[in-house]
Amino acid sequence: MNKLVNWVDERLPIVEAWNKHLGKYYAPKNFNVWYFFGSLAMLVLVNQLITGIWLTMSYNPTGEGAFASVEYIMRDVEWGWLLRYLHSTGASAFFVVVYLHMFRGLMYGSYQKPRELIWLFGMLIYLVLMAEAFMGYLLPWGQMSYWGAQVIVNLFGAIPVIGDDLSLWIRGDYLISGITLNRFFALHVVALPIVLLGLVVLHILALHEVGSNNPDGIDIKKNKDENGIPKDGIPFHPYYTVHDLMGVGVFFFIFFIVVFFFPEMGGLFIEKPNFEPANPLKTPDHIAPVWYFTPFYAMLRAVTVDLFGLDAKFWGVVVMGGAIAILFVLPWLDKSPVRSMRYKGWLSRIALAIFAVSFVILGYLGIVPATEGRTTVAQILTVFYFLYFILMPFYTRMEKTKPVPERVTG
Amino acid sequence: MRKLIVGLFIVILPALGLAAAPSVELDTMEPDHTNKASLQRGAALFTNYCMGCHSMEYARYKRVSDDLGIPPELYEENLIFTGAKIGELMKNSMSKDMAADWFGAPPPDLTLESRLRGEDWIYSYLRGFYKDDNRPLGVNNVVFENVGMPHVMADLQGLCAVEPRIGEEATVDPLSGDVRNADICPEWESEGSMSPAEFNAAMYDLTNFMSYMGDPVKVERERLGMFVLIFVAIFFVFAYLLNREYWKDVH
Repeated sequence: MNKLVNWVDERLPIVEAWNKHLGKYYAPKNFNVWYFFGSLAMLVLVNQLITGIWLTMSYNPTGEGAFASVEYIMRDVEWGWLLRYLHSTGASAFFVVVYLHMFRGLMYGSYQKPRELIWLFGMLIYLVLMAEAFMGYLLPWGQMSYWGAQVIVNLFGAIPVIGDDLSLWIRGDYLISGITLNRFFALHVVALPIVLLGLVVLHILALHEVGSNNPDGIDIKKNKDENGIPKDGIPFHPYYTVHDLMGVGVFFFIFFIVVFFFPEMGGLFIEKPNFEPANPLKTPDHIAPVWYFTPFYAMLRAVTVDLFGLDAKFWGVVVMGGAIAILFVLPWLDKSPVRSMRYKGWLSRIALAIFAVSFVILGYLGIVPATEGRTTVAQILTVFYFLYFILMPFYTRMEKTKPVPERVTG
Repeated sequence: MRKLIVGLFIVILPALGLAAAPSVELDTMEPDHTNKASLQRGAALFTNYCMGCHSMEYARYKRVSDDLGIPPELYEENLIFTGAKIGELMKNSMSKDMAADWFGAPPPDLTLESRLRGEDWIYSYLRGFYKDDNRPLGVNNVVFENVGMPHVMADLQGLCAVEPRIGEEATVDPLSGDVRNADICPEWESEGSMSPAEFNAAMYDLTNFMSYMGDPVKVERERLGMFVLIFVAIFFVFAYLLNREYWKDVH
């Protein structure tokens, strides 16, 4: 075995790579619960890739055959139901862990210098993940697949001058059709996964270059022992590999409860109208995107005023796009001398709390049908969402921070 | 971690209640996919009363025959009317174009009806027909207003002259001890061959069968799910012990 490793290592630096990323990658020893979600996201990604590959073996990407082929997978393909539920539940689980992973970053200032690139790659992953999920959702070719795609693609039509041609170009047809399904399939199973994997590699390479942040937000590399090893650092393998294994156990327990007992999750993970084949002539009463898009959908609907001769729908799209775009500049908005929420002042804490609560309530409002009162609430919360970012340069400078300890506090 | 899970559920829970809120009150129906006798009676009812118009074209006869414990020969003899082989999909012989002319819209495929509308809706709908002379077929439905479907089981249920009481609990009069509202129809236009209780039971079976058809793997899925969860729980114990062993020298 050793001989084989040596033989390969003389030709490919596998030992060096192992040490750099696992065996001698020193991670802070004070990771808490919030640090499970990065490795869990990797786990779900692998689940999506493997189940996805097997699903494509029996799926038929045509307008005529897609819906029936999904039922064929559910009924006639050996273990097909399990593959599909792992994939559909995995999609939602992906967003659950990614949202928690991002919230961890916000809490402990993991986006701050020198980790700006990690945050940017992460945001690109989030963006590609949304595109991936959106296109994947069209594939079962149910009513909600169809009308959800119709609504979202039509949003591009709100852009002045080029809008109509742009949405026509995306669809490849005058309405969502088998042609759209075919191209979404190609993008969902080939193009976007490749981009996603590439970004994940960049995300991790950038992380391992500067090292992991921690709940105290302090730089463990400032305190090294005589061998040049951070005093508060421990090798990722075996310490965090066995640690993450525990996280995998807890995650799988919850995940499999959903997969085996509540695969539709009460209509949240698989929406009820999607049990009816796509019908271009019959619009469902209430079109709602899947839960992970609903905060942004609520913001889109919250914009109800025409401005500068452009209609509200366009400004809704601008707000929705802006809500995602503003996340990209976050590292340059935070002017705080400290990273972690543990040592930031109460202004930052309140701002983050309001932001998180607003996001969750917006998510709820995006699921339920809009009423006048709900739209007003959504408008207020949308403003809160943006204020968190826009005011950040001010409140992070104004507030009084607590002194940061020299060593991690556990 | 526990706080987190509880927190997560609190976030998700309010959304669970709002999936497809029905516009009318419905009767509750708890399906039981392990009750094979009920499923078999439901299969017989579906084949005899529904399948002339409604296909179940995503499912195969053979699967039903296997899952419900109906011998294939018996199934072919009594429950396949189209001359299809038992391995084929459960289609019917009605042309969709002609059906659209007759009813306004072709009768929908019902394989996934229970997942689309839910068991409560189906159970209530099947019992919700009443006489309405303003409709082309002379009947209407309290659950599905201006429905295009005739009351195909009028010979079993009878025809209710007024809107049947769907979604109302049966009450006991405190003075006389009489059960009220047990019968959903206060006034019959014509009597059927079944008593109201018999018809309710028959519709339970039919709904149960449709529920099974929507999710045929449910029993097996939940059975396996228990083993998977037990495995994951044991896995966690070992992962926990392994983690503790490694981390005991980290301070």
